[in-house]
Amino acid sequence: MKLIFEKGRHGRRGYVQAKSDVPEAKPLDKRYRRHKDPCLAFVSELDVVRHYSELSRLNYSVDTNFYPLGSCTMKYNPKFTERIASLDGFAQVHPLLPQISGGGMLAQGSLEVLYDTEKLLAEITGMSAFTMQPLAGAHGELTGVMLVAAYHKASGSRRKYVIVPDSSHGTNPASAAIAGYDVIVIRTAADGYMDLEEYKRRMDGNVAAVMLTCPDTLGLFNPRIKEIADIAHKAGALMYYDGANLNAMLGKCRPGDIGFDVVHINLHKTFATPHGGGGPGAGPVGVSGKLADFLPIPRVIRRTDGTFALDYHRHKSIGYIAPFYGNFGVVLKAYAYMLLLGREGLIGAAETAVLNANYCLARLKGHYELPYGRTCMHECVFSASRQAKNGVHAIDIAKYLIDRGYHPPTIYFPLIVKEALMIEPTETESKETLDGFLDTMVEIARLAEKDPASVTQAPLHMPVKRLDETKAAREPNLRWQP
Amino acid sequence: MKIPKDLFYTKDHEWARLEGKKAYIGITDYAQAALGDITFAGLPKKGDMLKQAEAIATVESVKAASDVYAPFSGKVTAINEDLAAHPEFINRSPYDEGYFFIMEISDESEKAKLMDAAAYEQYMEGISK
Repeated sequence: MKLIFEKGRHGRRGYVQAKSDVPEAKPLDKRYRRHKDPCLAFVSELDVVRHYSELSRLNYSVDTNFYPLGSCTMKYNPKFTERIASLDGFAQVHPLLPQISGGGMLAQGSLEVLYDTEKLLAEITGMSAFTMQPLAGAHGELTGVMLVAAYHKASGSRRKYVIVPDSSHGTNPASAAIAGYDVIVIRTAADGYMDLEEYKRRMDGNVAAVMLTCPDTLGLFNPRIKEIADIAHKAGALMYYDGANLNAMLGKCRPGDIGFDVVHINLHKTFATPHGGGGPGAGPVGVSGKLADFLPIPRVIRRTDGTFALDYHRHKSIGYIAPFYGNFGVVLKAYAYMLLLGREGLIGAAETAVLNANYCLARLKGHYELPYGRTCMHECVFSASRQAKNGVHAIDIAKYLIDRGYHPPTIYFPLIVKEALMIEPTETESKETLDGFLDTMVEIARLAEKDPASVTQAPLHMPVKRLDETKAAREPNLRWQP
Repeated sequence: MKIPKDLFYTKDHEWARLEGKKAYIGITDYAQAALGDITFAGLPKKGDMLKQAEAIATVESVKAASDVYAPFSGKVTAINEDLAAHPEFINRSPYDEGYFFIMEISDESEKAKLMDAAAYEQYMEGISK
């Protein structure tokens, strides 16, 4: 495939400059002018249209096919939410409107959406208050850890560490480190759960927080989660809930009831809004009552007369963490999704997500190694270790799936499983779709026995064949040059 | 999998070769194989003071980024400059060309917390089950 620069021919143009209808300005002084012509693509409008149409055809998304990327919850994003987000009353409202005198009354609908979404998420997670501002999951994590730090600082407690399990998402230790904490990593014990004895040994008055996903990254619900929370609280540490896996327990179990003090939710996972590329995302953060004063400003409040307003007067707040009020369009879509599904619908989503994952687990467990073999929640983690003995590794299976039209599952994560294949089907896929994918997975397992080369050479039917990922990482070449 | 007899090992798959107070530090054959093609090694700086079991370096492969922990406490006296241009040395020769750095250890008794080759071999058998 050619880059758009390579398609260009010198002198070819895709626009006509309108004639100036104002007097010509004095040319810029020489020292402000560029010395060399900029390196642009010389293409016609048709070249541009064809180039980007072709790229969009090559694009893979939930709208084109099955996307079982574990821990990412790539559920279908229903189109009615797009329609609502594009209503003029929402799409055209200027973000400064509520900040100018009298403008708040013209943005009541949007403020109400923010206010109500906060209330719905608080109910779903069992938290007291939410901020809608964080612009992505990792941004929510950083905000959450900053809230933890603000809480400890206000209570005069100096704490140095944040505990994470070795199965955690890499963003957890990264967020803790960016917020200024040192990270303690707790190993996973043989049963697949965080080693409770080591956890107890490392917990003391220097630990600020424990960051966990629940269910955890292996798709398992830790039956001792309450005990873990109690141990943290006894030492004065806070419990942080990474909402990556919330889809598994919507309406079944609430982080707040388990004892979590801070949660972040990925609206683009659990609440069916588009992920980054089709995004943007949103990572609202919820807190228990004792942390509510520290939430970022502005807060959306409801006045006694029933109208909504922005409140900037929170002297304990950690301050601004985003321009304006977060990715409003994303919040709006999540709000619409929650209202359409309702309580029963959300519970149904969680149940079907778990059922689908267990169907995958049941159909594949005879063909792939299952390191922690028990009923899973919303995702299941296999190991390609059996296939690896014949030279077929997780990466090869992923490449072969691409050739067959499927987005691969997450591979080599969590790090504690060798040759990990992490499958999260979500609730929005039919049995026929799942069967198509699972049949292909079974076929790969068979090929790995009989004809490993046919798998290790994949992909053969894509615009580009097997890429040298090692060379790409060792000698990155990120910029086209003439 | 190679496990040289004269080295000390950690549970996180680092090795240390002691020459008096001087120690060469690197990651084991198992670690390099598990990581796959290594693309980058983030090393400590010469003069850095290390504490046993603390994360002191990172290693990135096409699959993952991992922390490397200090087998001993002490001071970094030299780093393996070749790794910047040739991270593949870690894959090709984890115990020799692919060492990470050299340190002067401050407390030899910390050996007690490490494994010798026989113990590491046994530990690895437990892992591969």
